[in-house]
Amino acid sequence: MGQFLFVGAVILILGWLLNNMRIGLGDAGISISYGFLSNASGFQINLGLNELHSRTDTYANAFWIGFLNTMRVIIMGLVLSTVLGLVVGIARLSSNWLLRNLALVFIEIIQNTPLLVQLIFVYAGILPSLPGIRNAAELPGPSYLSVKGLAIPALNPTDSSTIWYLLALGGIVGGYMIWRARRKMRLDTGKVTYAAEIGLAIMFGVGAFTWLVMSLIGSSPFMVSLPRIQGFNYASGEGAIIPPELVAIIIGLTLYTGAFIAEVVRSGIQSVPHGQWEAARAQGFSYFQTLRLIVLPQALRVMIPPLTNQYLNLAKNSSLGTACGYAELFFVARTMSESVPVVPVILFVMVTYLLISLAIAGIMNVLNSRFQLKTR
Amino acid sequence: MKRISILLIVTLIAVVALPLVSVQAQDGGLLAKVRERGNLICGINGGIPGFGFVDTANNTVSGFDTDFCRALAAAIFGDATKVEFKAVAAADRFTAIGSGEIDVLIRNTTFTFGRDAQQGAEFGPVIFYDGMSIMVRTSDNITSLEGLEGATVCAIQGTTTAQNVADATSGKVKVEVLTFENIDQVIDGFVQTRCDAVASDQSQLRAKKATSEKGGEWTILPNTLSKEPLAPAWKAGDAQWGDLVRWVVYATIIAEEYGVTQGNVESQLTNADLNPEAKRLLGVEGELYKVLELDQAWAVNVIKAVGNYGEIFDRNLTAAPLSFERGINALWRNGGLIYAPPYR
Repeated sequence: MGQFLFVGAVILILGWLLNNMRIGLGDAGISISYGFLSNASGFQINLGLNELHSRTDTYANAFWIGFLNTMRVIIMGLVLSTVLGLVVGIARLSSNWLLRNLALVFIEIIQNTPLLVQLIFVYAGILPSLPGIRNAAELPGPSYLSVKGLAIPALNPTDSSTIWYLLALGGIVGGYMIWRARRKMRLDTGKVTYAAEIGLAIMFGVGAFTWLVMSLIGSSPFMVSLPRIQGFNYASGEGAIIPPELVAIIIGLTLYTGAFIAEVVRSGIQSVPHGQWEAARAQGFSYFQTLRLIVLPQALRVMIPPLTNQYLNLAKNSSLGTACGYAELFFVARTMSESVPVVPVILFVMVTYLLISLAIAGIMNVLNSRFQLKTR
Repeated sequence: MKRISILLIVTLIAVVALPLVSVQAQDGGLLAKVRERGNLICGINGGIPGFGFVDTANNTVSGFDTDFCRALAAAIFGDATKVEFKAVAAADRFTAIGSGEIDVLIRNTTFTFGRDAQQGAEFGPVIFYDGMSIMVRTSDNITSLEGLEGATVCAIQGTTTAQNVADATSGKVKVEVLTFENIDQVIDGFVQTRCDAVASDQSQLRAKKATSEKGGEWTILPNTLSKEPLAPAWKAGDAQWGDLVRWVVYATIIAEEYGVTQGNVESQLTNADLNPEAKRLLGVEGELYKVLELDQAWAVNVIKAVGNYGEIFDRNLTAAPLSFERGINALWRNGGLIYAPPYR
């Protein structure tokens, strides 16, 4: 009974807040309509010289570009921070004094300073240390590094790239199925089947082989585009340019989330009873074999729920890209606030972040249920 | 169970009591609210010397815009110190108006159709006619927009400038537009050569050029790329408040027209030869002040506190290091655009 009343009260409060907002906005003469979405935005969004959104594109397109930029950061950040977290977390438990304490210092510094401060520090720290465009550092490739960003050779798709994508995808699916089948054969018969080796070879071999063949018959799926310096910047449309803003937000998010993941990894590994280590080593497993085959699979069970939290934090923290000039979703929303009503824009942004977070949580929950101990 | 009951009672009280609080706050106009609070909350730009600048070392706020905040406080309270300055970011300013966080926004804000019609803001008289320009490094030898091909142009996020850059360069030259939260970040990017050009209002560019260490190595292109009429703004829908802000600005202009200055305003009160309009303004003749619900001496207090329009301009902008000319911001009589309707 008490719970029902409580839920009722919460609904009342929410209703009151919404009503208040509606009345307040009405008083201020601001409408909550999304009619503006189909209007031309008037501003442009760049990633380097590459114009992602031009002034005649709609507000809806600006949101979409912001969303893609946000996803770019989230996906790269998730991968890199997981790798960093795993390495630092394992280093934290190393028997090497120096390694162990370096990891400790890294974790303590990163965990105990605000992310926004770190981001501005990284961005303000990266810029002055980079050479101007006219003195750009030339790296193998040819690649260039300057204050305008890192320019690397790019692969531009050609007419025949769709065919190649399909062939490569077929190779990956086929290779995976063969891997599964051979693994089952090994489990059933006990024979050595080289499941992983053959599977991986097919997964990547098909793509590489068809690329080679297609190049030889003169319809290569990709054209190599080399970066070039022209005037104030890299030449437009040549090579791939990673601007310092993107680098700053990715480094910032990776370091920050990586430090937290390292602690998750450490606590996960420590949750596995020490007897498991000793038993494995006694059987002749090496340190890394023990870690990979015995300890980490058991530690994952403990690690996934807190890891989900860190992933969600990373997704939400990507909105700080706005502090270092990276055009993610929140940045785009703030740019819009000049010309369209703020409240509908912010509502839209909130719902989008909510959906991104729910998607990440959903995927992690599926993983979690797969890694849980199967009990009957 | 007991804890839930307490929680429940608290929430119910909150639900019942909160609407009352908000209803009380909406009672009466903004002027009554400001009087009751005892000070005026003025939204400003804290980072442009000459217009709105917060000097954290000496804990002072100075500038052209902030002087109009003081003038408003002088008109309402007879005391120019009863202002609370709140520095707001460009992208947040209209939210701050809408939420009632600030009573008035005097923050080098361009008066535009969209802001007036869609953002719930109402604009007062233009206090500074500005225009957008582009600042480049002298060593880059850029003399026109066409020279910007491939350049990175930096601007402030959520401003008309960012849109003007897109308008001005679209179809002519390909540029990289990079926007930051505030002018200091933009200038940092420019100093570190991440940006090849800065697009902003001439007022901001000149202020930054005059006060930056490397300002001597920069050039502002002569082209004026847009109209940027800078005006005070407040939350739409309060006619009384609108009249008040409007006429405080006009009072400084009328005072300049008739030569009423900070120094001579006291003696002008007894000057029989003073123009009747100025007499009405100073409360010597007529009772127009009653309509505004202000003190008889409101305009006298304004002029005593900050001086007339020309004095405010000279003190903040003509003086070194900014050295602005009056230009189109001269009185209409002198060929400028500064013009006040008659006070009658």
